[in-house]
Amino acid sequence: MQAARTLFDKIWDSHIVSTLPGGDVLLYIDRHFVLDLASNIAFDRLRASGRNVRRPHLNFGIQDHTLSTSQDRNDDTHASGQPFVQALRRNARAAGMLLFDVADSRQGIVHVVGPETGLLLPGCTSVAGDSHTRTAGGLGALGFGIGTSEVEHVLATQTLRTRKPKRMRVEVSGQLGPQVFAKDLILYLIGKVGAAGGTGYAVEYTGTAIRQADIEARLTICNMSIEFGARVGMVAPDEKALHYVAKREFAPKEVLWDQAAVHWSTLYSDNDAVFDAEVAIDSSVVTPQVTWGTSPQDVISVAGRIPDPAQEANADRRAAMTRALQYMGLRPGQSLEEVRINWAFIGSCTNSRLSDLQAAAAIVEGRKVAAHVRAMVVPGSSAVKRAAEALGLDRIFKQSGFEWHESACSLCAAANSDKVGSGERCLSTSNRNFEGRQGAGSRTHLASPVTVAAAAIKGAITDVRKLNG
Amino acid sequence: MSTEKFGIVSGPAAPLMIDNVDTDAIIPGPWVLSYGARFSEGLFGRWRYAGGERGNPENPDFILNRPAYRQATFLIAGENFGCGSSREHAVWALRDFGIRSVIAKGFGDIFYSNCFKNCFLPLVLPAAEVDRLAATAESAAGERPMTIDLEQCTLTSPDSRTIHFHLDETHRRALLDGLDFIGQTLLHDGDIAQFEKHDQALRPWIYALPSARIKPGENS
Repeated sequence: MQAARTLFDKIWDSHIVSTLPGGDVLLYIDRHFVLDLASNIAFDRLRASGRNVRRPHLNFGIQDHTLSTSQDRNDDTHASGQPFVQALRRNARAAGMLLFDVADSRQGIVHVVGPETGLLLPGCTSVAGDSHTRTAGGLGALGFGIGTSEVEHVLATQTLRTRKPKRMRVEVSGQLGPQVFAKDLILYLIGKVGAAGGTGYAVEYTGTAIRQADIEARLTICNMSIEFGARVGMVAPDEKALHYVAKREFAPKEVLWDQAAVHWSTLYSDNDAVFDAEVAIDSSVVTPQVTWGTSPQDVISVAGRIPDPAQEANADRRAAMTRALQYMGLRPGQSLEEVRINWAFIGSCTNSRLSDLQAAAAIVEGRKVAAHVRAMVVPGSSAVKRAAEALGLDRIFKQSGFEWHESACSLCAAANSDKVGSGERCLSTSNRNFEGRQGAGSRTHLASPVTVAAAAIKGAITDVRKLNG
Repeated sequence: MSTEKFGIVSGPAAPLMIDNVDTDAIIPGPWVLSYGARFSEGLFGRWRYAGGERGNPENPDFILNRPAYRQATFLIAGENFGCGSSREHAVWALRDFGIRSVIAKGFGDIFYSNCFKNCFLPLVLPAAEVDRLAATAESAAGERPMTIDLEQCTLTSPDSRTIHFHLDETHRRALLDGLDFIGQTLLHDGDIAQFEKHDQALRPWIYALPSARIKPGENS
């Protein structure tokens, strides 16, 4: 009888092409998403060494990082993005890869497009030159973020040379309260375990709160696994995952679907599988979370107070907290409620799916964005944008004073023309509050879509649960 | 990109003792987005230039702008160095600036992996040892060099202490030999083809993508 294995082990083992002396393995990659930003260097090197794309039909080009989000955009709207966009178009065409180009109806942020097109499937391995590729875990797939050299390696060999991580289980019990979302849960977890707490681990999320979560919520949770250092974040695929995948454009159909569904039903951690580390959290105590510092671990309840570095025993941590407070223009012991914001951003691979936009629209409907706030919604994909428009969400946002944009990474990484000015404060549904991430001197607070929506109305950070009339 | 093999490397060490230095800090977005640029110009751009903007004068207080550390060969850093974005530009920016190795209390996984593709050494040492090295690097003010001998796995600090370290043998060989990872993998071409044949029978739905099957040149 085979030894008990975790979900991660099962997928990992079934993709091993060979085991190399020294412990690395060659892992077969089922789906490689090739992005505009930085893939040009990988293709240039591939050509220079006279190598080809081994399996073009398992590689998919997606334009997302460097595109403008303005309604009438073309290649040139964001000038510094233009050469990246055009390079990916040339390279995809030359290799014979499918490309979701600027005007393609399926264009969008890779981690939104992968699941919603059915390209990403439970139990598959996927990579992209982007650290949030672990979003794939929401469907029970392995997603690795890789650098440009590894992008080149996967193009040439359809494998990733890597080493097996340790396994961690995060058991999430209980039930989330009203106006508390997956984003709050993952921020809370990152605050508990720290920004490096998952380094070296493949994380599986289990427990009642995870089983109850819909797929878009699971994608949000797995997406931010990188923010506590985990190499992979994943949830065992269940009926919800199969229901989500079924009938999507690239999902298997008919006989192939039946075959796939049988395989997917074997993808769970065996009862007596052993994890190298265990973390347990009770989701019923989680409240709306907002970050106060410059690492995602610097997070508190919106109703809480910013910790005092003087109370911190660890000297390095104390120095980091002091530095972060200075950068953010905040004081120890201060409440985040009532802190005025200049920007409200709803978008990014973390929180830009239809359910995110629906939840935010429900908050802003019939209300007006505060006069001093620039508020924007950037749907995660062109398909999400169309679906939201079909529901009239664009009108709700626009009537309340939000800008309504085309899909791209936008203000999350400030890799296009959307930027927060120096000293300006942005409440953002994205995943990183790093110094300068949204523009030089920008001050980013991370929160859920409803918390961002409520703050846009109020003009200041606020507890969405208190918002009325 | 050219890579210089890592044997015995010696030079000034600059301390940058901040935890969680992310790859956005190592090379911020605007410099990553410069098509065909020299990435070393963007190294620590938000900290190195006044106002954190391209084209601005240097901020004289930043460690790598201080005369003693302008030629730094090593960087000494805190916990979780290189966390965040997968951008390999972070390694390229450090390397193109002249830095050959970062000695830290810990690293982000993707950054760590990217280093070995570029003959760049990410060396993890115990926290107390890193703190001590940072202090000696500060007092040496770049004048007494630090040395790493990767054949012997020794680090000689600016105050002439010898520290033995361990590095995974695969990683060590990659740096010593300047390993061509793709070339190595292509030696396993037969294994890959065999896997594909076997796996296509087992999981045909992964490979059967009718609407994705296109010929070169057919893309719109």
